[in-house]
Amino acid sequence: MKKPEEVFEILKNKFPEAVLELHSEQPVEPIITIEPLKINEIGLFLRDEEDLEFDSLMVLSGVDDANGEKDSDDEGTEIIKGGTLSVYYHLHSIKNKHKVTLRVSVTKDQPEVESVEGIWKTANWHEREAFDMIGIKFLHHPNLTRILMPYDWPEGSHPLRKDYKNPEFYLGMKVPY
Amino acid sequence: MKSLLDTEFSDSNIVIAKADDLMNWARLSSLWQLGFGLACCAIEMMATSASHRDFDRFGVIPRNTPRQADVIIISGTVTLKMATRIKRLYEQIPDPKYIISMGSCANCGGPYWEHGYHVLKGVDRVIPVDVYVPGCPPRPEALLEGLLKLQEKIRNESLRKRIA
Repeated sequence: MKKPEEVFEILKNKFPEAVLELHSEQPVEPIITIEPLKINEIGLFLRDEEDLEFDSLMVLSGVDDANGEKDSDDEGTEIIKGGTLSVYYHLHSIKNKHKVTLRVSVTKDQPEVESVEGIWKTANWHEREAFDMIGIKFLHHPNLTRILMPYDWPEGSHPLRKDYKNPEFYLGMKVPY
Repeated sequence: MKSLLDTEFSDSNIVIAKADDLMNWARLSSLWQLGFGLACCAIEMMATSASHRDFDRFGVIPRNTPRQADVIIISGTVTLKMATRIKRLYEQIPDPKYIISMGSCANCGGPYWEHGYHVLKGVDRVIPVDVYVPGCPPRPEALLEGLLKLQEKIRNESLRKRIA
């Protein structure tokens, strides 16, 4: 069993450039920040390395960090423009009974993260959800299509983004109340 | 040979009724519903069908195809994705067909009215509704009341002019 701090030390020694820092803010569990385009290499290492063996990706979630500029739209509703999007990976080792949380952050202009679908199959649908809701593009994902919203929902329209604006009509049906 | 009207009948097992009344009585007594649930309201609808409330005593039997159904109970949140399917199911039902909108979501969007980016704000935006049952979700008694209201509506129909 290893603490997140120990996992961080192992990762920092193995990938000095890809592993950025460790955030420990009680009571939230410590979070290791990773380069978005290196997450697949680090994931594979975490899964296969002896003593670590993170064989289960419990959840992968996309987040709009809401740290951009506050602005208001034509109707005066507050929206947040710019800022960053993040993906959180909660890993668990069934054998060693330890957990770790990883995070990658990308800008809204270029939200590109490497897919971990090849490492944990769980990630397939979770990455599709993060793409659908937040608009994060997972590179080398085998089928990055919408999973919850209809397939013909307007391209580039991701409902959980803080600068999201609902369309007036969808297939002739009025959307606002 | 005597015609039917001239015949004397020894026993009195003939009832004379208006065709309207007969048709309406037949229709309102066998409202077969489409076996179709959308969200938490569907749980209440199932409770209404179960032995304690017993929907069947009003002639409501779930059918698994729209071709054999007379009524759809829209029991739950209608998402934009589902709305297109509901419209198709409605069009597949042969006339006469009736809609009961069950619960706040199907009536007007309910708790999703402001931030529900995926919710149709009322099923009456895609199909005509006969009876609205308020509640979140409505109790089985409320749904039964809604069905009785629909029966009342059908009872006043005429073959020449549909009102429900």
